[in-house]
Amino acid sequence: MSPLQKMAAIILCVTFVLMVLATILVPAPYDRQFRDVPNAGPSTAHPLGTDGLGRDSLSRLLYGTRVSLLLAPAAALLSTLVAALLGSAAGFLGGWFERVVLAVTDLSLALPWLFLLLTVRAMLPLDVPPMVSVIIAFLMMGLLGWQASVRVICAAARGVKDSDFLLLARSSGCKPARLLLRHVVPNLRPLFYAQFWISIPLFILTEANLSILGLGVMEPMPSWGNLLRGFEDFPAVAANPLRLVPLILLVIVVMCFQLVLPSQEVTQ
Amino acid sequence: MIKDEKAAKLLQNALRRLLSLLCLGIGGALLSATLVRFAPGYGVQERELDPRWSAQSVEALRQKQMLQEGLGSYYFHYLSALAHGDFGESDSLKRPVRELLRQRLPVTGNSVVRGLGVAWLVAALVASAGLASRGWLYEASNTAFSSLLLSLPSAVVAMLAVHLRIPVFCAISVVVFPRLHRYIRSLLVRSYDQPHVLAARARGLGSGAILRRHVLPVAAPPLLALVGVSFAIAFGAAIPIEALCDSPGLGQLAWQAALSRDLPLIVNVTFVVCLVMLAANSLADLAGRAFTGSTQ
Repeated sequence: MSPLQKMAAIILCVTFVLMVLATILVPAPYDRQFRDVPNAGPSTAHPLGTDGLGRDSLSRLLYGTRVSLLLAPAAALLSTLVAALLGSAAGFLGGWFERVVLAVTDLSLALPWLFLLLTVRAMLPLDVPPMVSVIIAFLMMGLLGWQASVRVICAAARGVKDSDFLLLARSSGCKPARLLLRHVVPNLRPLFYAQFWISIPLFILTEANLSILGLGVMEPMPSWGNLLRGFEDFPAVAANPLRLVPLILLVIVVMCFQLVLPSQEVTQ
Repeated sequence: MIKDEKAAKLLQNALRRLLSLLCLGIGGALLSATLVRFAPGYGVQERELDPRWSAQSVEALRQKQMLQEGLGSYYFHYLSALAHGDFGESDSLKRPVRELLRQRLPVTGNSVVRGLGVAWLVAALVASAGLASRGWLYEASNTAFSSLLLSLPSAVVAMLAVHLRIPVFCAISVVVFPRLHRYIRSLLVRSYDQPHVLAARARGLGSGAILRRHVLPVAAPPLLALVGVSFAIAFGAAIPIEALCDSPGLGQLAWQAALSRDLPLIVNVTFVVCLVMLAANSLADLAGRAFTGSTQ
């Protein structure tokens, strides 16, 4: 690990600790309104000021970090599981199953990711409680974000399928399910980890885009995307530059994730 | 003779591609039809909410519609209408989807093509500029800048474009540039490190000639494939950028359709975008094959 990667890992750890300790660190609940001080600047009571509705910005930032940093890895885990299942089975079994899986993958890869998400989101109710909107965002990203990983995993599984140790296992009477679970999947594990790590920053950015467009996490629950919506009010940002903190934090965290990603040899 | 054989194989490849495109298109159309047909609220008419209609009349209306819309006949009508370019009517805008697409597609197409042009030009120039002398400072500043742009959500780029009064195509190029730059740079570096390039350098060939004669021919096929992929990135970026910059294109239309849960509109817009992407990818792939002379 290079010094830069170590630094990125430390920043990520600190952010995760802050996220976990949000309940202790925050000055007020994220949805409590201080109606006498809307759009206030930094003060002892509100270190990052308040938003247009008088809610404490630091509390919303810490809780928003918690939502975004739980949502993205959870969705990445789900999508990696789906990709691992489909990719390994397609590469290992081959034949018509592989062709169907790759055709579906090609079709969905041809589609810009946001168009696909918007289409699925349009099928689901919009007027939902905030927690339900978080679950919807998690499921959408997790269940629709596996395509790129499937291609990589399928190609790797095809390589493992032709290996000598698998031929030996097959000749000693190993059943296909056992071959897949005991021999193919363990050999693909580094690739699963790599795909999981690659998906996290992608899902953080997707959540931000969806929430800014009003189709992700719903108010009053904060997330990085929701907090960035305040960026539209440019005069308020100019008056209190600390409103840029959510954007800066998001950029730093995404860059750190990109830095600590596994090496190219593993991901390709 | 060999040339003719290669041309025939290329044509065969193109036809196979076209057939697969057609199959994927029909599959996409059937999927779109299914999404519209089984979406919640399908077939519910405003007349049913009119209090002047009695319960029996509303029930009769529903029965009549169910008779007209059996599953088989629904798919048949949908596909035959689609073959005639009829995409149905938007629920929220009460206008034919075809008319909306005709108005919006050129706006997005224009922004995407111009944005891609700028992004490709800048990415290619920046990536090839420091190829010969790969200094530490150049590498670090390059990586830091493209990582910073990669870490910005497209919607934030759109907001900045609104504040700075930057045209939509420039915002699209800002989103596409870092992805292109990273890939082009890694491709060029890999090609530049090949032994034949080292031999050419040892014989004193200039940087421009090396790039033109030895690096680009090796990197061209994957670069051509990247053209297709970059279209998908640009169309994806068009949604938040057009929505927030108030540009009347397909991205804004898709966003409005999602917000008003207008299934016939969003599904058909997505279907058309999918066809455009498939065509762009196939063309890029064929161009790559034609370039290398490979027919596999």
